[in-house]
Amino acid sequence: MSRVAIIDYGMGNLRSVAKAIEHVSAGAGVVVTADPAEVLAAERVVFPGQGAMPDCMRELDARGLRPAVLEAARSKPFLGICIGQQMLFEHSEEGNVPGLGIFKGEVRRFPAEKMVAADGSRLKVPHMGWNEVWQKQAHPLWAGIEDGARFYYVHSYYVDPADPALVAATTDYGIPFTGAVAQANIFAIQFHPEKSAQAGLQLLSNFMSWKP
Amino acid sequence: MLAKRIIPCLDVSAGRVVKGINFVELRDAGDPVEVARRYDEQGADEITFLDITASSDDRNIILHVVEQVAEQVFIPLTVGGGVRTVDDVRRLLNAGADKVSINTAAVNNPQVVADASGKVGSQCIVVAIDAKQVAPGKWEVFTHGGRNRTGLDAIDWARKVASLGAGEILLTSMDRDGTKNGFDLGLTRAVSDAVAIPVIASGGVGNLDHLADGVTEGRADAVLAASIFHFGEHTVREAKELMRARGIEVRL
Repeated sequence: MSRVAIIDYGMGNLRSVAKAIEHVSAGAGVVVTADPAEVLAAERVVFPGQGAMPDCMRELDARGLRPAVLEAARSKPFLGICIGQQMLFEHSEEGNVPGLGIFKGEVRRFPAEKMVAADGSRLKVPHMGWNEVWQKQAHPLWAGIEDGARFYYVHSYYVDPADPALVAATTDYGIPFTGAVAQANIFAIQFHPEKSAQAGLQLLSNFMSWKP
Repeated sequence: MLAKRIIPCLDVSAGRVVKGINFVELRDAGDPVEVARRYDEQGADEITFLDITASSDDRNIILHVVEQVAEQVFIPLTVGGGVRTVDDVRRLLNAGADKVSINTAAVNNPQVVADASGKVGSQCIVVAIDAKQVAPGKWEVFTHGGRNRTGLDAIDWARKVASLGAGEILLTSMDRDGTKNGFDLGLTRAVSDAVAIPVIASGGVGNLDHLADGVTEGRADAVLAASIFHFGEHTVREAKELMRARGIEVRL
């Protein structure tokens, strides 16, 4: 039995993530928690995030969760989702705030001047909907997922890692941007697996059996 | 490339899906969980629930519906109908909605759009705009199913709600809604060109080509339809196959 903690720092509804994991991993022992001790006791950790990164950083610290997140990111199978991916980096253009600095790099906004489709029409921001995720490295979390499979995105900012070796997937939206990063026990994605139908459930299932 | 989205819309009253025929006779059309699951299996990109519950006593039922659907259907869910306050938005999101659509309340008090998006993020806030043509190239915002004029120009209003923090616009032509004559493509294009946020076209779909027209001519980012899917005329998959054949990027 695998115990997974979903870190709840008050930003957004985590029910969907919990339900999706329960759906693919019956008896997984999913806890949605704001308690650092529960995060540290879990076998694996999901670090989600919604809304604006400055708010997410503030709420994380207000609950005293930063040390537990850093420890989990060092030692356990760790899945960052959406802002939970962005927060792993050094700094965000959104609100000009520092992140957790686990990875070197910047969180950037889609550049307005590049938001033009091939046919000349305007690409809207937020980038909202199902886009192709191109796998840039072999990884156990891609098992059973086709290269170029579509996942559901909704975001206006994306991570730009200093180290290209971190990039596990890219997606094209006006520019190619990093959709997933991976290093050791950490896998972090900008898209929402809990809202990405079969492909998303497969990724969550892969995470639940991942032994980094 | 980002796919254009197809969004089936379900009218829900007191916890059941209802189908209106010519807006008069409401017929029970099943369990929302079952219907949502069927659309998910057909490849729907999102599902929208419109709560049309008349009695305020039954208003909380939608929360249970959303909870149940969100436990079993893993695609984005939008809920609208009777959303007035930031608290209403929060309750729906906590029940499992990914986005909440605000219509009349935004007209009555535009600040609610700013407050809600400030609290929960723009990505969760859809503003629904019901518009009617009042002159060539000019549309006015209406509320209450097209009965009440607001004096607001639809394009100006779309720009305003985008600047207040809406993450998306659900644009319904009240002239076309229920006619099966296709979207008001002029309206759709005018609004889509006016704002930098995604626009969902709605109102008037009578065949699958209308959906494709909404994207190619209306420049919509997503298309919404109800009856064309409810009555079993077409599946979402058929709609996507046609759109792909017409050169539109879809998730199939």
